[in-house]
Amino acid sequence: MTPLLQIDNLHASVGEVSILKGINLTINPGEVHAIMGPNGSGKSTLSQILAGKEDYAITQGTVAYNGKDLLGLGPDERANEGIFLAFQYPVEIPGVSAMQFLKAAVNAKRKHHGEEELDAGSMLKLFREKAAQVKINPEMLKRNVNEGFSGGEKKRFEIFQMAVLDSVLGILDESDSGLDIDALKVVSDGVNSMRNGKRGFLLVTHYQRLLEHIVPDFIHVLVKGRIVESGGREVALELEKNGYAKYGIYQPAKH
Amino acid sequence: MATQDQEVLDLAESRRDYKYGWTTDIEQEFAPIGLSEDTVRFISAKKNEPEWLLEWRLKALRLFTKMTCPEWPFLPYGYEKPDFQAISYWAAPKQGPKSLDEIDPRILETYAKLGIPLEEAKVLLGVEGAAASAAEGKAKAKAMAAAQAEFETGAVSAEPRKVAVDAVFDSVSVKTTFQDELARAGVIFCSISEATHSHPDLVRKYLGSVVPVADNYYAALNSAVFSDGSFVYIPKGCKCPMDLSTYFRINAKGTGQFERTLIIADEGSEVCYLEGCTAPQRDENQLHAAVVELVAHKGAKIKYSTIQNWYPGDENGKGGIFNFVTKRGLCEGDDSHISWTQVETGSAITWKYPSVVLKGDRSKGEFYSVALTNLRQQADTGTKMIHIGRDTSSHIISKGISAGHGHNTYRGLVEVRKTATNARNFTQCDSLLIGDQCGAHTFPYIDVRNQTATCEHEASTTKIAEDQMFYCTARGISEEDAVSLLVNGFCKQVFSELPMEFAVEANKLLAVSLEGSVG
Ligand SMILES: Nc1ncnc2c1ncn2[C@@H]1O[C@H](COP(=O)(O)OP(=O)(O)OP(=O)(O)O)[C@@H](O)[C@H]1O
Ligand SMILES: [Mg+2]
Repeated sequence: MTPLLQIDNLHASVGEVSILKGINLTINPGEVHAIMGPNGSGKSTLSQILAGKEDYAITQGTVAYNGKDLLGLGPDERANEGIFLAFQYPVEIPGVSAMQFLKAAVNAKRKHHGEEELDAGSMLKLFREKAAQVKINPEMLKRNVNEGFSGGEKKRFEIFQMAVLDSVLGILDESDSGLDIDALKVVSDGVNSMRNGKRGFLLVTHYQRLLEHIVPDFIHVLVKGRIVESGGREVALELEKNGYAKYGIYQPAKH
Repeated sequence: MATQDQEVLDLAESRRDYKYGWTTDIEQEFAPIGLSEDTVRFISAKKNEPEWLLEWRLKALRLFTKMTCPEWPFLPYGYEKPDFQAISYWAAPKQGPKSLDEIDPRILETYAKLGIPLEEAKVLLGVEGAAASAAEGKAKAKAMAAAQAEFETGAVSAEPRKVAVDAVFDSVSVKTTFQDELARAGVIFCSISEATHSHPDLVRKYLGSVVPVADNYYAALNSAVFSDGSFVYIPKGCKCPMDLSTYFRINAKGTGQFERTLIIADEGSEVCYLEGCTAPQRDENQLHAAVVELVAHKGAKIKYSTIQNWYPGDENGKGGIFNFVTKRGLCEGDDSHISWTQVETGSAITWKYPSVVLKGDRSKGEFYSVALTNLRQQADTGTKMIHIGRDTSSHIISKGISAGHGHNTYRGLVEVRKTATNARNFTQCDSLLIGDQCGAHTFPYIDVRNQTATCEHEASTTKIAEDQMFYCTARGISEEDAVSLLVNGFCKQVFSELPMEFAVEANKLLAVSLEGSVG
């Protein structure tokens, strides 16, 4: 079986500073992987590199997506091939309605796959369906992208986009941070409803709470740009209890 | 407008090319080349004008010859001043049509290609798809069209409306649609040539009443040689039953277009007027020097929207239209209201300052503008708001976009005279830069002679933000489409002032005009 995502010895840096120092990670179709790790360890960097952000220099290593080189593709091509990044900090786009934005995204993907653009009616229908699925108010789609959205609304809007774009590999960068209990359930249900034998997910999180809702197949601990431990549920529970001290990282006391 | 599918195809194919750059091969009649009394007499005779109008023109010509070309517009690339003796001031299709059947089919074809419906059956400007799918049920088609527009513009959808069109081909109006239906409402909508015969008193009373013949260099030239344009009169208390529009097409080589438009809204009336323009792609510069005058009487409201897409020249700055236009509205009566909305994407050079003279008490002037310069385009545009009456207010929103090697200048004047007690102005002036070879410049002038006035001015200059770009591309949107999406968002405040169909068009036009400006 070809892995969905295969990261081999990935090194990345910004300027002189190296941030990722040899990441190895394989995600097979159908698998959910979680990455935990202290602030600044490189979780978002990894997520953004996978989505195609150009700020980073890849100094070593390879990434294959469905057996094909990923790093040579532009961010738009990756997205159209099924990679979706739910941003840790979604940006506001003034003057562009969420609907207009998603319509552009859906049609870009269709074009990429040689399909005709979706007419306005079918598009609306798709949005309504997915809005119901991830329990967001469709009225929200008339507002400008992320403008004035609450923290939780932004995260839910990311999950909504993932559902609309029907991603194959979903990378969720702290989609659970700042969510109330109900919203956490909405986000988790959204992901769980998409889980199947073909899709894969990479969840970046600080809290094992999320992993109670979305039960991952593997949990990895990322410290200073390296994966220092991989395993099952027990890894998250252990972290929750003892923090990152055993990896030589000082963590301030929890409130 | 062509059908949606055709639009998409055109968009895909046209890349950076100017999509309206073709010419119509048709037999035309020209005035002898050069500017002289004889030229003026020739034009006046062609139009069979009354003596007073010929005198008026000749006076304008005499004044023009004593004036000098303005040097103050900001033109970093300079330009070669038009040689007034080298162009022809009149070009008209040889066949003078009276009804649609008599119009040269090639002209009809021209307008069809431009997406301008001259057949009254095709009334839903911009949403022909809606008309075409009538078989599926009109209501459904309407809902679809509205949904479409909502997507394109984010604007709250409205029902597609009827639009009457006056089509001006080079120097003459070739067709005005829906005249009968408008006449039943008492609305006069015809070419200005026709109006000089059918409504001479109105024309004589108002022509030059807002923009005097010697107002400025190009207004004087226009007054001497103006060829055609639209005339609108909305009677007292009448809400014009449909939108009115003029579509200007320059076709002939070696000519200028000098149109003249006059709109009068009598007491308590309302009208929404749309104007569009295109021209063939040529290496030479062609001159377009128009004058538009609006008069709003007591309680009247005029909303004037323009989408200007004249040929902009090539990436080396060769060719393109010189768009030197005077547009001014007079809020003559109390509680009158004039609103200008413009989307300027074409022309090699644009000088244009649609203005409002706020004479009536509590009158209101608005200016919403998007000006885009790409390639080596130079635009110096803005507005003048002249506050004379009490409690007058003005609102200015200007969005300048500079890409490629384009230079975009906002030049605006807010003048509050002694009499304008409690005048209020708000000005917002935003510039967006795409790339680092272009420029944005702002020259706001404020002249306040009354202590009770309040003027607010906000300005910003931004670049396309990297994180916004990545947010779009990470969703599969190409860089080029991402830029036009972000630019569209930047222009939202202005586009939301446009009628729905025009907003859709403006949106697409921006996308095309920006192609090739990234990467
Ligand atoms: N574009 C950049 N320029 C400079 N430094 C960067 C850049 N991107 C990331 N870094 C640095 O790389 C390190 C890893 O950052 P990253 O955002 O990946 O951490 P993270 O694991 O996601 O942290 P958090 O849990 O706080 O979200 C940090 O020290 C950060 O400052
Ligand atoms: Mg992070």
